[in-house]
Amino acid sequence: MDINLTLIGQTIAMIVFVWFCMKFVWPPIVGIIEERQTQIADGLAAAEKGTRALDDARGKVDEMVGDARTQARQIIDQANQRANAIVEEARNDANQERARILASAQSEVEQEVHRARDELRGQVATVAIAGAEKILAREIDANAHRELLDQLAREI
Amino acid sequence: MASEGGKTSSEYITHHLQNLQVCPTDNGWVWNDCTGNFLGINVDSIFFAVFLGIGLSWLFYRVAKNATVKNPSKTQAVVELLVDFVDTSVRETFHGENKLIAPLAITLLCWVFLMNLMDLVPVDWLPSLAHAGGIEYLKVVPTTDPNITFGMSISVFILIIYYSIKIKGVGGFFVGELMMNPLNPKDLGVPKIFWPFVMAFNFILESVALLAKPLSLSLRLFGNLYAGELMFILIALLGLWQLPLHFGWAVFHILIITLQAYIFMILTIVYLSQAHEHH
Repeated sequence: MDINLTLIGQTIAMIVFVWFCMKFVWPPIVGIIEERQTQIADGLAAAEKGTRALDDARGKVDEMVGDARTQARQIIDQANQRANAIVEEARNDANQERARILASAQSEVEQEVHRARDELRGQVATVAIAGAEKILAREIDANAHRELLDQLAREI
Repeated sequence: MASEGGKTSSEYITHHLQNLQVCPTDNGWVWNDCTGNFLGINVDSIFFAVFLGIGLSWLFYRVAKNATVKNPSKTQAVVELLVDFVDTSVRETFHGENKLIAPLAITLLCWVFLMNLMDLVPVDWLPSLAHAGGIEYLKVVPTTDPNITFGMSISVFILIIYYSIKIKGVGGFFVGELMMNPLNPKDLGVPKIFWPFVMAFNFILESVALLAKPLSLSLRLFGNLYAGELMFILIALLGLWQLPLHFGWAVFHILIITLQAYIFMILTIVYLSQAHEHH
């Protein structure tokens, strides 16, 4: 338990170990720790930036979707209008066509009626002439009496 | 164990508390007969201290060399934890710029811890082994040797003086710090003729306070560990009862070992930071 040279020896040993630690141990380890701290801080900052970018993008996407929706609605409206217009037009055309067909059919019918009537008249005239021939028992000149016969036919 | 080698209890205890010494005398180098010889060396203390110090330095150096940022090994994680702990302790106490204090603190913490840890090796193992190898005395816990604790605390004391003078100057330290405190003659309004008396009084007080730092630092560590070691030796004398008692005391001693190493480190930091402060 005496104090002796061990004290000096221990002092020297301590100086050597502390010097060694100061030179070769402490700086690299602290450097590594600090580098990792910087990296973690950078990583967190980047992550935050990413989150913010994601939020921005999400907002942009919402905006774009809204725009697209509005446009789609407009297009649908336009299409509906166009469809209505086409249907309307078609209806008008059809009505016109119907009227035209109806008119032409009517006129044809009228013509047919006229023609039939004329034919009938002619036949009536013939019948009348034949009747008259029989009644009068003599030849009547159809040409000579055309005017009379036409008048007769008109009156029928 | 008490009867080992036919020794009595007191012989057993003295044997265990005896360092393995070598010293130069008139008849050349002599083993184990060195009482009062200042040139003697406690071979066992120095051996274990240096052995543990080299082991520690080797471990730290290997970790520092292979350290990676992205993929730390488990050892690196533990060492980083320690470094971070010491770094935080230093930053909390010491606010200056000093490249020495943190490495000094971690070396002291780990080294003192390891030297204390030798206490947990059962008291008879290494001495018996050494005895079988022809070495008569072996004290395995370096911190139970006052030479070792004083060797460290005196180094710290020299650093305290060095930084005090470096920061405050010779006058600032010897006059400003040691003579103008705690009774400042200027503030007290003492006439100039009496200043030397007040300053001499202050100097005595402050010198005692200053010297108490290394003294308490080393004696606290030495006392705790010496007492702990003695307890282990006494328990070893109890026959079969020593088994549970050894375990209990060892568990309790883990706390003392760690705490004393921590206290040694923290007080070193505190003393050195005080040396950096102006009053």
